Amino acid sequence: MDVEILSRIQFAFTIAFHYIYPPLSIGLGLMMVIMEGRYLRTGNKEYETLARFWTKIFALTFGIGVATGIVMEFEFGTNWATYSRYVGDVFGSALAAEGIFAFALESGFLGVLLFGWNRVKPKVHFISTVGVFIGAMFSAVWIVVANSWQQTPAGFHIVGEGMNARAEITDFWAMVFNPSSVERVLHVWIGALLAGAFLVMSVHAYYILKHRHVEISKKAIKIALSVATIFSLLQLVTGHVSADGVAKHQPAKLAAYEGHFDANKPADMYLFGWVDKEKQEVIGPKIPGGLSFLVRWDFNEPVKGLNAFPEKERPGAVNAVFQFYHIMIAIGVLMIVLTLYASFRWYRGKLFGDRRVLWVFVFAILLPMIANQVGWFAAEMGRQPWVVYGLLRTSDALSQSVTANHVLFSLIMFAAIYLLLFLLFIYLLDKKIRKGPYSEEADDKRPLQEGMAEKASTTNR
Amino acid sequence: METFLGIDYPTLWFLVIGALFTGYGILDGFDLGAGAWHLFLREEESRRIALNAVGPLWDGNEVWLVIGGGSLFAGFPVLYGSLFSAMYIPFMLFLAFLIFRAVSIEFRSKETMKWWRNLWDISYSVSSALLAFLLGVVMGNILQGISIGPNYEFQGHWFEFINPYSVMVGITTLALMMMHGAIFLVMKTEGKLFEHVHQLLWRAIIFFIAAFVIVTLYTLIYIPHLSDDFISEPALFIVPLLMFLSIANVPRLVHQQKYFQGFVFSSLTVSLLLILVAIELYPVMLISSVDEAYNITVYNAASSEKSLGIMLTIAAIGAPLSIFYTAFVYNTFRGKVKLDESSY
Repeated sequence: MDVEILSRIQFAFTIAFHYIYPPLSIGLGLMMVIMEGRYLRTGNKEYETLARFWTKIFALTFGIGVATGIVMEFEFGTNWATYSRYVGDVFGSALAAEGIFAFALESGFLGVLLFGWNRVKPKVHFISTVGVFIGAMFSAVWIVVANSWQQTPAGFHIVGEGMNARAEITDFWAMVFNPSSVERVLHVWIGALLAGAFLVMSVHAYYILKHRHVEISKKAIKIALSVATIFSLLQLVTGHVSADGVAKHQPAKLAAYEGHFDANKPADMYLFGWVDKEKQEVIGPKIPGGLSFLVRWDFNEPVKGLNAFPEKERPGAVNAVFQFYHIMIAIGVLMIVLTLYASFRWYRGKLFGDRRVLWVFVFAILLPMIANQVGWFAAEMGRQPWVVYGLLRTSDALSQSVTANHVLFSLIMFAAIYLLLFLLFIYLLDKKIRKGPYSEEADDKRPLQEGMAEKASTTNR
Repeated sequence: METFLGIDYPTLWFLVIGALFTGYGILDGFDLGAGAWHLFLREEESRRIALNAVGPLWDGNEVWLVIGGGSLFAGFPVLYGSLFSAMYIPFMLFLAFLIFRAVSIEFRSKETMKWWRNLWDISYSVSSALLAFLLGVVMGNILQGISIGPNYEFQGHWFEFINPYSVMVGITTLALMMMHGAIFLVMKTEGKLFEHVHQLLWRAIIFFIAAFVIVTLYTLIYIPHLSDDFISEPALFIVPLLMFLSIANVPRLVHQQKYFQGFVFSSLTVSLLLILVAIELYPVMLISSVDEAYNITVYNAASSEKSLGIMLTIAAIGAPLSIFYTAFVYNTFRGKVKLDESSY
């Protein structure tokens, strides 16, 4: 395999693995804020227990998220040196802003969130929790802004030629609010909030099914289900606006999403299907003119198809892009149905006795997790062959001095480390869940003034 | 060219990045150093206390690396691409150890089996030591120069990064951080553990001073371009002079049991070493060992003035905020380590 393919696989692999964690951290952040906020308002200890329990799981996801997050920052330089030189002037300021405004905020308050329960007043602790959550949300803002600039570049001009060409910033706010930023930030935010809410529902549904921690679990599910229902519905809106934006700014990507080849004809919308690139057709059930209607509000309006673009300017893996996009949409719809139905059962007072629905929720955490992944795969593979849309090709963005062997070495290294990491993550998550919110340590809330030795031996940690 | 206080933007941004990496060196320096000592602590409880001394702080310390890296990318994209792709292998190893270290801290306390804890202790300690070493190796290469050719592309061998000088600087960096980390542990512990760490601190001081003397002599003899600036501008001698005083002050203060002041001076040593590096190199950031014409300087590597101006604004707003969070966390966790149920 050549260095381009290996570098792409490595970046995709490392960022996809990383992206298991930040959405959970952001989503659990909101859960913790609500739980702790309710504790402060009601004084009900159960909410505090919930907040503490989820903080521990948050610590796990956050820790792995940080550790795997620095990797991409480095990879820009190590594997994509030409890209770095080309975009640094513009992209770099978003990345630097992420570091100083967002990451510093969340990491700063993280220590207090995790270890400060007995050291600061409840209100100060709550402020720290909010600080970590807001920091995580803003991290997403700057990272998605940087990525959106690659999708719909704005606020820059090109200086120099050939190997020395690069984008230079002309208008910071035009870069930040490039045509796709706002809708994509919202879409990513909501995807993350759903992941956190579904994880909370999954764990607490399991407890109820096993007749453990039932009362506290009902409280948690009520919080999480409310959040999940609202945001599943809102995600439909941000999803639609995003698709609209893609239609305007990245027509080749939109055409790949629906496997639409004809250069200038009305486009169909498929429920699911299989793209035959040779025959330029999609096999599957469809709404004729559906895509035209979605983006033009008219079933007969033509939409630019893949054939409207030269071979060299359209995404290669059309079927993959099509599948990823459709899986995301199917899951989005499924989450709406599921949360609405569960809310209805809750309204009727039947939710917590409905074992079937609870079992579905135990496994439903996979839905937002998969949707978050495939959504990004569709967006990034749909942008190909460009790394910066219309400006810089992925194949031109590589480090000239890095060979396939280099990348093979690091790819194998990351594969081995991440496999181990993932197994440990699942193992520890499972352990924490089995242990439950009421650990013997959490019951003992005395701040320790002296006698560390005594404590160390009694808690047996 | 636009200036601020008479300093042009690329130079100003060079100073900002220098400040960020100095912050990183001081902060992650003590927790990497403390980590490197971890296996020297034999008892379970000692290890827990040492781990919890850095527990709430290491993550915030690593932020400086993330911001420093981001700022380098943003301010000097040419350098970023060239340095990172040239140093592909050490940077990839650095990432691997960074991950191992972070997860070791997180995973260690999750099981009580002895083999489990030993495994993560080894992973934590070895990663910490190798991270410090690799930072020094990269620094050694920066000081010595690497094979940068046309278009700022590296044209050397992948193993060029490993050479006598870079190894020496690596070891010295490890020694410096171990000294710095040992003082930190001394401040954070009490009783028998304090006594033990105190002994380790003396070993670290000797280790560092020995390594430092060797690397300084080697630099003066074999790498003359690093002392040019001092010969042409004798006033600059104040910096190495201050550095020697600062280094000498560390054992003096430790002997007087003024540990906090000792920590301040070991932090100052880290800063002065980096200031020295900056003076020696500036305006070059990466020396080409192929031809001077290919040197990467603050001027040919910098982003546009517009971009640098924007980022200086970002830094001016962000820095006070970051200092505020850092101060808040350090204030919350000041004093000797107390283990409680939220500890590792």
